[in-house]
Amino acid sequence: MRAALIWMGLAAAVAAPLIAAAFSPLLQWREGVYIASGFAGILGMTLLLVQPLLATGALPLTQSRARRVHRMTGALLLVAVVVHVAGLWITSPPDVIDALSFTSPTPFSVWGVIAMWAVFAAALMAALRKRLPLRPMTWRQMHVALALIIAGGTIAHALLIQGTMEVVTKYALSLLVALAAIRVALHIRWRPR
Amino acid sequence: MTTSLPRRTLLATGAAALITSTVPARASGVAPTPTMRGGANNYRPGAPIVDRIGGGGFLMTGTVLRAGDGAPIPNARIQMWAHTTEGHERDQRSHGATLTDAQGRFQMDMPQIVPAFGQPHGHLAYDAEFDDNGFQTVFLRPIMARASDTTLDVQFVLVPA
Repeated sequence: MRAALIWMGLAAAVAAPLIAAAFSPLLQWREGVYIASGFAGILGMTLLLVQPLLATGALPLTQSRARRVHRMTGALLLVAVVVHVAGLWITSPPDVIDALSFTSPTPFSVWGVIAMWAVFAAALMAALRKRLPLRPMTWRQMHVALALIIAGGTIAHALLIQGTMEVVTKYALSLLVALAAIRVALHIRWRPR
Repeated sequence: MTTSLPRRTLLATGAAALITSTVPARASGVAPTPTMRGGANNYRPGAPIVDRIGGGGFLMTGTVLRAGDGAPIPNARIQMWAHTTEGHERDQRSHGATLTDAQGRFQMDMPQIVPAFGQPHGHLAYDAEFDDNGFQTVFLRPIMARASDTTLDVQFVLVPA
C-alpha cells in the first residue's frame, strides 16, 4: 500500500509537468523538432527528481535494483540532454552556438550549458567507475557534487525561460528537484569519520 | 593621515571638475546604439523590401538617427525578423525589409511575435552592405516586456562608416 502510494506520487510528479506542457499555446507555432527538443528538456528535468530518490533508497526497491534503475535513468537523462540540445541546434544553430560558447544574450542558457557539462561528467564518471583510481567515498562525493550542479543549473535554466512549461508545474517540479538534491547532499558522508 | 586628506579632497575636486566638464558635452550628443549579442542570429542578407510580412497584426516601429547630432536618417534600409505565429526565425517568410521616411521613421506590419528560445524577442538589422547611406552595421535583438504585446518600438543611432 505504502509502496503503491510512493510510485503513484512519483508518477504524478513526473507526468504533471509533461502533460501541462502539452497544452502550451506555444506548441501550435513550433515545428516538430523544436517541440521534441522542449519535451526532451522537461523529461530530463523530471529525471532529476527520480535520480536522487533512487540513489538514497527513498523508493521501494531493493538496493541492487535501485542501483540498476539509477544507471538506466542516468542513461535516459544523457539521451534527453543530447536530444534537447540537438533539437535546438537544428531549430536555430546560431543561438545554440552562442549558448555553448557562453556568448548568448539570454542568462538562462549559461545555466543550461553548465548543467549539460555536469551531466556529461557525471555520466562519464559512472561509465568509468571501475577504472577510475578513486576510493568509493571520493567517487560518490564527486558524483553527488555534479548532481547538485545539475539540479541547481537546471532549476535556474527552467525558471528563467519563457517557454512551453506551465508555470505552476514548473515551480512545483523545481521545488521537488531541489528537495531531492538536498536529500542526497545530506545522505552522503562528506568527511571521513 | 592628516596630510592625505587634503590630497584626497583635491583629487575628488579634480574628478568632480572632470565629470562636470565632460558630462554636458556627452549629453548634447546622441550616443550610438551598439550591436546586441545574438542580434545577427538567423539574419538573411539582402532580404527584400516588402509592404508587410505575412498576414501582419504586430506592429514593429522604429527611428533611425545619426550619432552626435541626432539627425534623422531617411531611406535607411532596415531588415526585421522574428519567431512569429507564421514561422521560425530562419524561415525566409519571417524576414522583410523597409526604408525609413524623411523623419527617419519606419514601421512594419508583421505576424505576432511569440516567445522562442526563452524570450519573446525581435531582430532588426541595419546592414551597410545593403544601404548607400554610409553608416556602420548594427544588429539589434530587442525583448518584448510581455509576450502579449502587439507592438515593439526600437531606435537605431548610427555612426558614419
